[in-house]
Amino acid sequence: MDVLLDVRDLQTQFTTSGGVVRAVDGVSWDVRAGETVALVGESGCGKSVSALSVMRLVSAPAGRIVGGRILFKGRDLLALPEDEMRKVRGREIGMVFQEPMTSLNPVLTIGRQLTETMEIHLGMSSAQSRARAGEILGLVGISDPDRRLRQYPHQFSGGMRQRIMIAMALSCNPSLILADEPTTALDVTIQAQILELMKDLSRKLGVAMLMITHNLGVVARYADRVNVMYAGRIVERGTAREIYANPRHPYTLGLLRSVPRLDEPRKSRLDPISGQPPDLTRLPPGCAFAPRCAFVVERCRLERPELTAVAEAHTSACWESARLDARVPA
Amino acid sequence: MNVSTSDAPILEVRDLVKHFHISSGAFGGQAAVVKAVDGVSFAIRRGETLGLVGESGCGKTTTGRCILQLEKPTSGQVIFEGRDLTTLPDAELRKVRRRLQVIFQDPYSSLNPRMTVGQIIAEPLAVHGLVPDRGARAARVRELLGHAGLLPAMAHRYPHELSGGQRQRVGIARALAMEPALIVCDEPVSALDVSIQAQIINLLEELQAEFGLTYLFVAHDLSVVRHISDRVAVMYLGKIVEITDRKSLYEDPQHPYTRALLSAVPIPDPAVEAGRERIVLGGEVPSPLKPPSGCVFHPRCPIAIDECRREIPTLRETRADHRVACIRA
Repeated sequence: MDVLLDVRDLQTQFTTSGGVVRAVDGVSWDVRAGETVALVGESGCGKSVSALSVMRLVSAPAGRIVGGRILFKGRDLLALPEDEMRKVRGREIGMVFQEPMTSLNPVLTIGRQLTETMEIHLGMSSAQSRARAGEILGLVGISDPDRRLRQYPHQFSGGMRQRIMIAMALSCNPSLILADEPTTALDVTIQAQILELMKDLSRKLGVAMLMITHNLGVVARYADRVNVMYAGRIVERGTAREIYANPRHPYTLGLLRSVPRLDEPRKSRLDPISGQPPDLTRLPPGCAFAPRCAFVVERCRLERPELTAVAEAHTSACWESARLDARVPA
Repeated sequence: MNVSTSDAPILEVRDLVKHFHISSGAFGGQAAVVKAVDGVSFAIRRGETLGLVGESGCGKTTTGRCILQLEKPTSGQVIFEGRDLTTLPDAELRKVRRRLQVIFQDPYSSLNPRMTVGQIIAEPLAVHGLVPDRGARAARVRELLGHAGLLPAMAHRYPHELSGGQRQRVGIARALAMEPALIVCDEPVSALDVSIQAQIINLLEELQAEFGLTYLFVAHDLSVVRHISDRVAVMYLGKIVEITDRKSLYEDPQHPYTRALLSAVPIPDPAVEAGRERIVLGGEVPSPLKPPSGCVFHPRCPIAIDECRREIPTLRETRADHRVACIRA
């Protein structure tokens, strides 16, 4: 499969009164045509900033991309002039955000918001874009498109708004969609609807998807490959099956163990990860997870581990990853 | 009735109704009625945890607020330790309230940003005259911080200096300060990161065992509710559709809505997910302004029949201690 998006050694920083926050601290990941890749992690791990960096939407002057390359179809997005970049956003890379209410313009009709992007990016006439808008609403499961296109965002429920966001992201036939916690604000039954819809559409239209989420269940159901982030870095990467069956980073293992599972007998106690996520302005010199890690050894506090292969198509940034291998008896 | 026996319910909610009147139109046109809670009854035994689950707008939070008397119920009774709170005079209610505490979802907006953690926990101790002496109060604050898993030095910090998990621990310490019998936990972990959620849930369970607490655990996360609850009630559009013990609800769900909810929860294991059957419900939760006729779930129900459109199902016992509001169950 062709590599569509290739992020190499991306570094994004924010200058705050508390010091420089290295929100994304040298991460590399890629998305191949047509596949779904997940960036998983907890708040502040840098997953959203990674996606915003790809779109070059990190808010200046506090935020800055200070290093790395973002190759999309072979072109480095970081080197593009702003007017070229505008043609990429929305046209070639679509985006779906967590909060559909704040991402839609409350004073424009849904029809106007859908047609505007197509008129600008695809040069459609208003009649053409109108017809296409109705078509896409049907695609995302919104019935009675003629009436719906004349309505405003507040007239739609949360789930419907998220369908509209997906329609907007798809309107210009992008090859990639960045979905940042697309269902976190929604109820479980609506979450299931939206995720099934996104999966169906990405298959049918051959759109690749980068899914950013903290929900390990969502990742298990929908992602082909997974990148686990902690404190601005990727700590483990692999196919979804491999990562869940044989996690080789203590943080991934901890995350998987700490959530109660409906398909397993109820445990008398949950198995949490101890401690708190680190302060990104004061990261320790070694592994950022060392203070919370159950497998920590002296070396972890001194030297930072890099991602290294632990199995086929599976890498982990942990000095002790061999001890975690479920396939090798201890 | 001897309230100290563990079999007697500590809390009994009888036919609780809460309607909100809202004016439609900018000039106060005809008022519409939202039936947020529409005839809810359940009991909680001393020392147990009742999980109350449902999606947004189902009335689970309003039910909790009506129990706490933060909302005045339209009708119905809330009997706490043998007394109906809905008819209690204010002065009496204040005394009872001490024994009835709450932990909120958002630990940030529920802590005063201008007060230190120590002041936040000490204030109710002074107001209720539980620990009148200043020195003793400081000692009690340190003790409560310890119960909540925080270091004594935290007393001098402000809420903004704490992480989400630490703030929720402060909220728990503040609730414990009142030596409550029952705590309404309203989505206490849903704003927290996954790795922190488990810490807080374990803490709530430890405190329950240590102080004999009773919990009403209001949440939307079915996995978390299964872990913490002894019994579970499922709400949909202002009504309880199913209520039973944990085991029966998760192993043998009777209501089609409960089944769909359980099936919608993704399991963090791709191998399990690949072979899993899913019930994806069509449509959305209808507006409580215009609830459907008959069974409120019928427009989304995969097994609805004509009768469901006409007949409002009552919550009836289909098995021992397992009540379901569905004519097809």
